[in-house]
Amino acid sequence: MAPAQSSSGAGATAVDVAWDELRGLLGAEHVRAAGPGDAVAGVPPRMVAEPGDEKELAAALRWANDAGLAVSPRGGGTKLGWGNPPARLDLVISTARLDSIVEHAWADLTAIVQAGATIAKVQQALGQHGQRIATDPLWPEHATVGGILSTNDSGALRLRFGALRDLIIGVTLALPDGTLAHSGGKVVKNVAGYDLPKLATGALSTLGVITQAAFRLHPVPPGGGRTLAFRAASFSDANRLILAMQDSSLAHTGLQARFAHDAQATVDIRFEGTAAGIEAQCATARKLAAIAVETEEPMDVWQARQALWTSPESAALAKFSVLPARISAACETVRRFADQGGIQWKIVVQGTGLGWMRLESPRADRLHAALSALRAEFERDAGSLFVAHRPAGMATMDAWGSPGDAFPLMLGLKNQLDPRGTLNPGRFVGGI
Amino acid sequence: MDARILQEFRAIVGEPGLITSSEQLHTYECDGLTNFRVMPQAVLLPDSTEQVQKIVRVCHRERIPFVARGSGTGLSGGALPVANGIVISLARMNRILEVDFPNARVVVEPGVLNLDVTVRVSPKGYFYAPDPSSQSVCSIGGNVAENSGGAHCLKYGFTTTHVLGVEVVLPDGSLVHLGGRTLDAPGYDLSGVFVGSEGTLGVTTKVILRIVKRPECIQTLLAAFPSTREAGAAVSGIIGASIVPAAIEMMDNLAIQAAEAAVHANYPNCGGLLLVELDGPTAEVDALMEQVDEICTKCGGTEIRVAQSEAERAVFWKGRKAAFAAVGRISPNYIVQDGVIPRTALPRIMEEIDRLSAEAGIRVANVFHAGDGNLHPLVLYDRRIEGQEHAAEQLALRILEMCIEAGGSITGEHGVGEEKKQMMSKMFSEPDLETMQLVRCAFDPLQLSNPNKVFPRTRLCGEKPGRYEPHPLEVAGIAERF
Repeated sequence: MAPAQSSSGAGATAVDVAWDELRGLLGAEHVRAAGPGDAVAGVPPRMVAEPGDEKELAAALRWANDAGLAVSPRGGGTKLGWGNPPARLDLVISTARLDSIVEHAWADLTAIVQAGATIAKVQQALGQHGQRIATDPLWPEHATVGGILSTNDSGALRLRFGALRDLIIGVTLALPDGTLAHSGGKVVKNVAGYDLPKLATGALSTLGVITQAAFRLHPVPPGGGRTLAFRAASFSDANRLILAMQDSSLAHTGLQARFAHDAQATVDIRFEGTAAGIEAQCATARKLAAIAVETEEPMDVWQARQALWTSPESAALAKFSVLPARISAACETVRRFADQGGIQWKIVVQGTGLGWMRLESPRADRLHAALSALRAEFERDAGSLFVAHRPAGMATMDAWGSPGDAFPLMLGLKNQLDPRGTLNPGRFVGGI
Repeated sequence: MDARILQEFRAIVGEPGLITSSEQLHTYECDGLTNFRVMPQAVLLPDSTEQVQKIVRVCHRERIPFVARGSGTGLSGGALPVANGIVISLARMNRILEVDFPNARVVVEPGVLNLDVTVRVSPKGYFYAPDPSSQSVCSIGGNVAENSGGAHCLKYGFTTTHVLGVEVVLPDGSLVHLGGRTLDAPGYDLSGVFVGSEGTLGVTTKVILRIVKRPECIQTLLAAFPSTREAGAAVSGIIGASIVPAAIEMMDNLAIQAAEAAVHANYPNCGGLLLVELDGPTAEVDALMEQVDEICTKCGGTEIRVAQSEAERAVFWKGRKAAFAAVGRISPNYIVQDGVIPRTALPRIMEEIDRLSAEAGIRVANVFHAGDGNLHPLVLYDRRIEGQEHAAEQLALRILEMCIEAGGSITGEHGVGEEKKQMMSKMFSEPDLETMQLVRCAFDPLQLSNPNKVFPRTRLCGEKPGRYEPHPLEVAGIAERF
C-alpha cells in the first residue's frame, strides 16, 4: 500500500516554498488557503487549487505526487462526504474551471464535456437539440460530470438507459504521475483497448482524476412523460407489483417503490414517448396493478430520492443494492431493525434493486447498530450497503462494506496507477 | 512440451481432455481470422472451474503462456495460440447453471452458445440481447472476451451492458468474482474492465447475465435507395427525429448482390438498402414506423416494405446476417474489416472508400451497422492474382486509418487481437497505452494470459515507464532536473 507518511509534519518554510511552486504552475490567484467549507468528510485540507485546463490539472497533480502530498479532487462538492474520511489530506484540486462542453455532435448523439461542468448546464446545452445524458443524479444544479462519475450516482432513469458505466464512451484521466491518459473515444461502439471509462466510474478518484468524459446521448422524449402511482397493501404486494411491471412488455423509464415507517408502500411508474404509446401503456400498467390502488401524488415522486436528503443533521443515509425480488424482504429487515431501535425510516428503491434509505434518530449509536446489522443481512443475501452520510456524533464505520475476493486485485490496480497513494488515500473500499 | 508437465495436465483433465496430436491440434491453430496460424503445444478441455484453476496454476508455476478459447469464431485472431503455450478450450463447460426469471438473470458457463441462452429463456418471453451475427455458434465466454455487439446493440447495448458478474481464474490461478448478482458491488468495476479485455486478464469460468423481456411489438422495414448517400440521409433523418430504433443496418449494391446470391432474401437490386427495426409497445411502434416510412420516402427511398409476418422479418434479416459469408460467392478471397466512424462522417468516408477502391482496382462491399457508425467493409480480392492480396490488405488498412482520422475506432466489435495490435498506436498515444498496460500488470504481471495481443508492444511489469516529460516546473523555469 501507499506510504503512510503525512506531510503535516513538514517545516513551515519548506511548505511555503512548495506552495509557491504550485502557484507558479497555476497562477497565484488559483491557489488559496483552505477554509472551513473545504473539508473532505470532516478532514480539512491545507490548500485549494483551481487549475484552468487539464494540462494544468495534471501538472498540479504531478507536483503534489512528487512532493508526497495527499490530494482530493472536487467537483461541485455535493458528495464530498461520500466514502471514508481521507487518511491524509493536503490539497483539494477543484475542477471548477474545467467546465466547458467541448463538443455536442448532436447528429451522432454524442457529447464530450469537461469534468467540472454541472449536470444542469450540460443537460441544458444538450436540450437545445432535444437530447440528454439519460441520467438523473442528485443535485444536478451543483453536481458535476466528474463528481457523478466518480461516485457512480444514478437515479430512476438507470432502469431503462443503464448506469453511467453504460453511457460513458470515453474518458481522459490525469494520473498522479502527470500522465493524461485517454481511453475509449467519442463513438458509441468501440472495443479498442481496455475499458478505462468503466474503471474510472465509481472509483471515487482513487486511480486518477477525470478531466473530461464523452457520453452517448438519448433524445428527450418530445411529449414529456406520465407517471402513475399505486398504493400497495403490503411490502410484498409492492414488490410483486414491481416484478409484474418488469416482467411485462412495458417500456417504462422509471419504476420505484417508496416505503416509510409511517406511510403505505407506493409504487411509481413512468412512461415517456408518443401520446398513443403512453396511453396504451398506462392502460396495461393499470391492469397489472389490480392488486393496488391508484393514487394521485401531490409531489414530483421522482424527486423522492433527493428529498431523503432534506435536513440530514440527525439522519444517516445509505445506498443499498439487493436483488429485485428481494426488495420487500430488504424493507422488512429495515423495519425490523428500525423498530428495535426506535428509528424513523424512509426508503426509495428502484426496480433495479438499487435503493436509498434514510434512518433518523437522536440516538446515533442506534443508527450505527442498525446500519451494521443491515449491511450484514444484505451482504448475506448477495447485496451491499453503502453509508453515504453519518449524523454528527455517530461513531465511524466503514462506508463501503465488503469488496469480496477481488480486493487484492483492486489493491493491485491502485498500486499500479497511484503507487504513492496520492489520490484520496483511505477513502475507498478496504482502505484504498 | 515436457512430458512431466503433459502428464500433470493429463491428470487434471483426463485423457479425453488433452489434445497433443498434431492432426487434432490443427483445429485450434487459428480462429475465424484464418490468415494467422500458430500450432500450440497442447489443447486442454477442462470441464470445471477447479480444473481451469489447476491448469492455470501449472502454467503459472512453469511460466507457460495460455490462450483461452471459446468457439473460435473471433475475427481478429484473439484466440490465436502461442507457439510455446497451450490452449484452454472452454467448450466442455457449456452448462446453463441457473435461470432466475424474477430477477432476469441467468448464470452460465463460458462455453454456452450465445443463442442457447435466448432459446432457454424465450418460453417466458425473454431474450439475451447481444446478437453477433455468429450467435448460433459463438460462446458467451468469447463474447465476454471480445465485448461482442451485434445489430441490436444500438438500442440494447453490448455484452458489457448485459454482464453483471464474472467468475475469473486469474493468471496466477486464484479465483475471483468480479461484479455480482446485484448492481454496484463495492469497489472498482472490474467486471467492466474484464469484459472486452480479449482474454488478456484471465480465464472466464462463469458469467452472470442479464436477460431482457421481449418487447410487445417488433417491426422491420426494408427500404431501397439509389445509393448509400440517400440511405445515409434517411438514417440521419431517423436519428434527428428522436427515434431510437432497435437496429439500423445498411448494405451497398455489392453486398446486396452477394446476399441475394447466397440466401435469396428478395432484396431489391439498388445502390443502398436500409433495414430499420423498431420495437416496443405496439402503439408506439406503429406511430414511429409511420414516421420512419415518411423519412425514407422523403430521402428518396424507392421501394419501402414493412415485414408483414415473423417469417418475412426473418427473411429480411437472413440476407444481412449472411452477408459476410455470402461475399464468398462473388469473390474467392476477402478481408472482413471492422471500423467505426461518427455516423455523420458516413457519406464522406463512403466516397473515400469508393475512390480508393477504384484506384486500387479492388472491389469493396459494404455492410454497416448504420445507426452507430460501425462499418464492415468487405475487401474482395483473388489471392491467385499476384499483388492483389497485398493491395487488399493495404486498402483495408487505409480504411481503418480513415476511421481514426474521422474520430472513430479501429474496431467496433471484432476486437484488436493479433490483427490490429499495431493499429493501436495510431489510435492511442504511448501514455494511453502505458496506462492500459498498468491495468494488465495488476491482473497478469507475468503476461501469461493471451500474451502479445491487443498491444503493439508488451511492457514488463514493474519497470518504470520509460517516458520522460519535462516537469512543468522545469518548463516554467522554477526547477531544474539534476
